[in-house]
Amino acid sequence: MNESVKHWNLRRDEDGIAWLYFDKAGASTNVLSRDVMSELNDQLAGLEKDLPKAVVVCSAKKSGFVAGADIKEFTELKDADQAYEMVRAGQKVLDRLEALKCPTIALINGFALGGGLELALACRYRILNDDPKTVIGLPEVKLGIHPGFGGTVRSVQLAGPLKAMDMMLSGKNLRPKQARAIGLVDQIVPARHLERAARMMALKPPKRRQLPLQERLMNLTPARKVLAGVLEKQVAKKARRDHYPAPYAIIDLWKEYGDKPALMMEKEARSIAALFCTDTSRNLVRVFLLQDKLKALGGKAKHSFRHVHVVGAGVMGGDIAAWCALRGMNVTLQDREPKYIAPVIKRARKLYEKKLRDPRLVQAALDRLMPDVDGRGVPDADVVIEAIYEDADAKKALFRSVEPRMKPGAILATNTSSIRLEDLQDALETPNRLIGLHFFNPVAMMPLVEIIHTRETPREEIDKGIAFARKIDKLPLPCLSSPGFVVNRVLMPYMMEALLAGEDGVPLAIIDSAAKRFGMPMGPVELADTVGLDVALHVARILGAAYGIPVPDRLVEMVEKKRLGRKTGRGFYEWKDGKPEKPAAKDETPPQDLADRLVLPMVNEAVAVWRDGVVEDLDLLDAGIIFGTGFAPFRGGPINFARARGVADVVDSLKRLEERYGERFEPDAGWKEIAS
Amino acid sequence: MAKSRSASYASPAYVVDGARTPFLKARGRPGPFSASDLAVSAGRSLLARQPIAPDQLDEVILGCAMASPDEPNIGRIVALRLGCGNKVPGFTVMRNCASAMQALDSAVRNIWLGRADMVLAGGTEAMSRAPVLFNEDMVNWLADLARAKAPLDKALHMTRLRPKHLAPEIALIKGLTDPIVGMNMGQTCEVIAQRFGISREEMDRFAARSHHRLAAAFDEGRMDEEVVTLYDPSGRTYEEDDGLRRDSSEEKLATLKPFFDRRVGQVTAGNSSQITDGAALLLLASEAAVKKHKLEVLGTIEDTEWAALDPAEMGLGPAHASAPLLQRHGLGIDDVDYWEVNEAFAGQVLAVIEALADPEYSRKELGLDDALGRIDESKLNIDGGAVATGHPVGASGARIVLHALKVLERQGGGTAVASLCIGGGQGGAMLLKGTAGETS
Repeated sequence: MNESVKHWNLRRDEDGIAWLYFDKAGASTNVLSRDVMSELNDQLAGLEKDLPKAVVVCSAKKSGFVAGADIKEFTELKDADQAYEMVRAGQKVLDRLEALKCPTIALINGFALGGGLELALACRYRILNDDPKTVIGLPEVKLGIHPGFGGTVRSVQLAGPLKAMDMMLSGKNLRPKQARAIGLVDQIVPARHLERAARMMALKPPKRRQLPLQERLMNLTPARKVLAGVLEKQVAKKARRDHYPAPYAIIDLWKEYGDKPALMMEKEARSIAALFCTDTSRNLVRVFLLQDKLKALGGKAKHSFRHVHVVGAGVMGGDIAAWCALRGMNVTLQDREPKYIAPVIKRARKLYEKKLRDPRLVQAALDRLMPDVDGRGVPDADVVIEAIYEDADAKKALFRSVEPRMKPGAILATNTSSIRLEDLQDALETPNRLIGLHFFNPVAMMPLVEIIHTRETPREEIDKGIAFARKIDKLPLPCLSSPGFVVNRVLMPYMMEALLAGEDGVPLAIIDSAAKRFGMPMGPVELADTVGLDVALHVARILGAAYGIPVPDRLVEMVEKKRLGRKTGRGFYEWKDGKPEKPAAKDETPPQDLADRLVLPMVNEAVAVWRDGVVEDLDLLDAGIIFGTGFAPFRGGPINFARARGVADVVDSLKRLEERYGERFEPDAGWKEIAS
Repeated sequence: MAKSRSASYASPAYVVDGARTPFLKARGRPGPFSASDLAVSAGRSLLARQPIAPDQLDEVILGCAMASPDEPNIGRIVALRLGCGNKVPGFTVMRNCASAMQALDSAVRNIWLGRADMVLAGGTEAMSRAPVLFNEDMVNWLADLARAKAPLDKALHMTRLRPKHLAPEIALIKGLTDPIVGMNMGQTCEVIAQRFGISREEMDRFAARSHHRLAAAFDEGRMDEEVVTLYDPSGRTYEEDDGLRRDSSEEKLATLKPFFDRRVGQVTAGNSSQITDGAALLLLASEAAVKKHKLEVLGTIEDTEWAALDPAEMGLGPAHASAPLLQRHGLGIDDVDYWEVNEAFAGQVLAVIEALADPEYSRKELGLDDALGRIDESKLNIDGGAVATGHPVGASGARIVLHALKVLERQGGGTAVASLCIGGGQGGAMLLKGTAGETS
C-alpha cells in the first residue's frame, strides 16, 4: 500500500469486492479537493491493474457522502486557464472511474451534492439511504458556476434533459424518492441495509436502465434548440443574464453540445473555467464563505438550549415560536388570551406540513409548541424572548414579572426593532443580561438574526445569543445597540429615497424596476408597501431623528389616509391577492442617475454603520446586509460592490448626487478609512 | 361481603395536581382531536405546572375504552409524545366507563407497593372517532378475494359482492350495548328508574340543574384551574365543555322523545350523558417524591372499591361500590363531605340515591345492616355532571376524582367519594381526602 494514502482506504473482501472508502483526512465532511482527486486517480490505477469483482465507492464519514468540491480552492484560482486545468484533471479522474471494466456502485449515506453527486454519477449504479436528511443535488449554480466534473453530461444521460436541466438551473435538492423517480438513483434502502444492498448489487448487478425514447428524442439537435429557448425564458423570469451568467451557460452548453458527450465534457470544463473568473461567481463564493464566517462566530463554550419561552404571539413572536419548535426545541408561547395564540397553531401546522411532510414529524413538532397563557414555561426556559408590541413601558413591566422566575443562566432577549436596549435595561435586576435577538419577517425564510448588545453586555451573554441563533439554524450578526441596528438602518434610505424620487415625478414602477435591475430582490416602493407604511413611517421617524434620514411627506399622508400598503389592499400600489398592480411601464427611460440615487444611500449608510462601530468587520457587514436585505448577492455585498466600482468613484457619485438633491447624500466620514 | 385488606404499604398515594381538556360533544363525524391528542394537551399543561420534568415520571397509565387502531397502547404513546423519553414505561387499561378510575387505582397500588414514586394517570377517549367497521360477511369476502390468485377467479369473486356486505358496524353502538343481557345502557337506566319509581319530571329537573350548575362553575371561574384550553390546527380554540346548555330547562327537556325505549320510555337524549371526546390526567406521587420535589398536594386517594352486579341494573353500581367502601372505613353518610356520582343518566343517579336510602335494598342487595342514608344533593355534583359535561368513557373516572379533590380544596379539606356505574354490571368508588392546601 502507498504510504501517502490520506483520504481513501481500500479494502477487498472475500467475495472479491473492492470497498473504496472516502475519509478526507482532517475534515468532518468529505469534499473533493485537488489532492483527493489525485489520490483517487492513484487508487483507480491500482484497481485497473488488479480488477476486482466490483467496486463500491462509499464514505467513512457519519456526516454524509460527499458535500461537493473544496470551495476554498476556488478562491485560489487565478485565471481561466488554471481553472480549466484543475477541472479537466478532475474530469479525467471520473472518466477513469467510469471506464473501469467492472461494475461500480456509489453507496450514498446522506448528502451527495455538486461534485459529490458527480462522483456518484460516474459510477455505474447508485444506492441511496432512506432518511429525511438525505439529499442529492447539483447546486453549483448558486455559486455562479455549474457542474464541472462531468455532471452536465452524465445528469442528462441518466435523468433526461428536462429533469437534469431543472436540477442544474435551480440548484435545488432532491429527496431520495424524487431522485429515484427521475432515474438518478437505482435503489433506496434503510441505513441498516446499505452494505448488504451494495454487496447484493455487486454480486448480481442489475440491468442498466435505458433512458426512455421520448427523453432521448429531446436530446436531438432540433428539440434542444426549441427547449433551450423555453428554458431561457423561464430563467429570465428569475435572473438576468448579466447578473447571473451561470444558468444561461448551462443552457448554451447543452444546446450546442448535448448530443456529443465527449466534446461536451471539454466544453463543460471551458465553460466553468470562464465562470469561475466572473465577478458574480467570485462574489457568490465570497458570500458562501462569509456564511461560514457568521456560523463560526461565538466562543468555544458549549451551551444547551432545550426550551424557549416566547411572549407575544403576533406575526413575529408566533413565527419565532413556530420556527424554534420546528428546529426541535420545546416552546411555550405566551399571550394574553387563547385567541391570540390560536392563529399561530394554524400557521405552524402549515409550515410543518411544508417542511417536514411526514405526519408523524408534523405531529411531533406541534407537540413541542405549547400555548401558555399563564406563562408557566418561564422557570424551565433556557431562552426567554419578548416579542410583544413596541411599547417600552409594557416591555419593562413584562421583564419585571419574568426575570425573577427565570432559570439562572437563561437568556433574556427582546425582539424589539425600534426601542433601545438601554431604555429597557433599567427594569432588570441585572440590566446587562438583556440582549436583542432581532429576527426578520418572514422568520421561516430570512436566515439572519441581529444579536444586539450594548458596550456593557458581557461577552458571555453575546456568545450565548450567538449560540442560540446557531442552534435554531440562523446566521448571527452581532450589532451594537443603535437605532435601526444594521438591516433596517440600511434599508431606510433606500426606501425613503425611492419615495422622494416618486415625489419628484419618477413613476413608481420605474423606480422599482431600476432597483431590481441593479439586483435588489424587491423594489423599494413595493418593499415599503409590503412592510406596511405605518411600520415604515414609525421606523423612519426614529431613524430620521437619529441619522437625519428625511421622511417624505407623501408617506405621512398615506398613513393618515390609512392606505397602509399590502395589508390594507392599498398603498403606493393597489394590491390584489397579495400582489401589487404596477402600471405598465410605457417604455420610459429612467433618469440616468436613478439606480445610483437608490442604491448609493444604502451603501453610504452601510459605511456609517461600520464607522459607528455597530458592526466591526466590513466582511460581516456585507454578509449581514446580504442575508438581511437580499442585497444583490452576486455583487458580494455593498462594501464589496463599492470596492469593485472604486471607492473614489462612489464618493464622487455621492458628491454629485449631493449637489443635485441635497445633503442627505453627503459621503460618510467612514469612506476615508475604506481602502479601494 | 367485606374483604379484609392489609393496611401496611410503602407510602400513601398523594394526588399532586390534575388537568382535563374541555369535553367536546361528538357530532356525527370524527372530531378535531384524537384520543392521544387530547391526553397530550391535558398532560403537557399539567406537567408544565410542576417542578419536575416529564422524564422523571416512573410510568404513565391511561384508561381508554375504545382505542383507535393507530394508537395501540395509548398510555405509552402519550408518554412518548409528552417527552417522557424512551425510559418511561406506559400501559393502558380498560374497565368500560371506569377505565380512568382503574388507571388511577393501578397507579395508587404501585405507589402503595413502593414500585413507583411519580405516576401520570387518568384517561382519554375520542368517541367521535370510534371506528366504523366492515361486518363479518364483508371481512370474509375480502379474505376470499385475497386468496383468489388468477384474474378470472378475482373477477368471478367480485360478482359475489352483495349490498348486505356493505352494511357497516358502528363500533360505538356495539360499545354501548351489553352483549350478555342484550340491552343498551339507556335501557338499563329505564330498568332501575322503574324499580325505584323515578319519574320523567325528576329526571328532567336533575338534568337541567346539572347544566345550570356547570354553567355557574364556568362562569364563576371555578373550572379555570382544572380545564386547559384546546387549540386545533385550524386555529380554533376550545375553553369550555361544548355540550353545556346554559338555556336548559325542565320545560325544554320535557319536549324530547324517549330515546332508548321508544314511545313508552322516560330516558331521553336530554337527561342522559352525551357521547363525548375528552381527557383527564392526574399526577400521583409517593411521600418520598413529594418531599424530594417539594410538591404541593391536593389530597390522597385512600382506597378504591370495585363491585359487580346484574348487568341489567348496571346503573346501581355506585351504590354497590360506595357502601362497602364506607363501611370498611367506618364512615357514615354524614362523614362524607362531598360526593361525585357520574351522571351516566339523570335517572340513574337518582336511582342510586334511592337505593342507598332504601333499607330493604341495602339489606338484601348491599349486604348492609341498614340503609346508609340519603345523599344530600347539595353535596352531590355541585358543579354539574356528565349530563352537562358529557361522558368520554375512558376519561370520566379521572374527571370526577380531580373535581372532587378541587371541591375539597375549596372547602378547606375533608372526605369525598367519587363513584361511577360501569357498563357490563360493575361499580367503582374511590375514597378521597383533601389536605386543605398543606404540603405533606
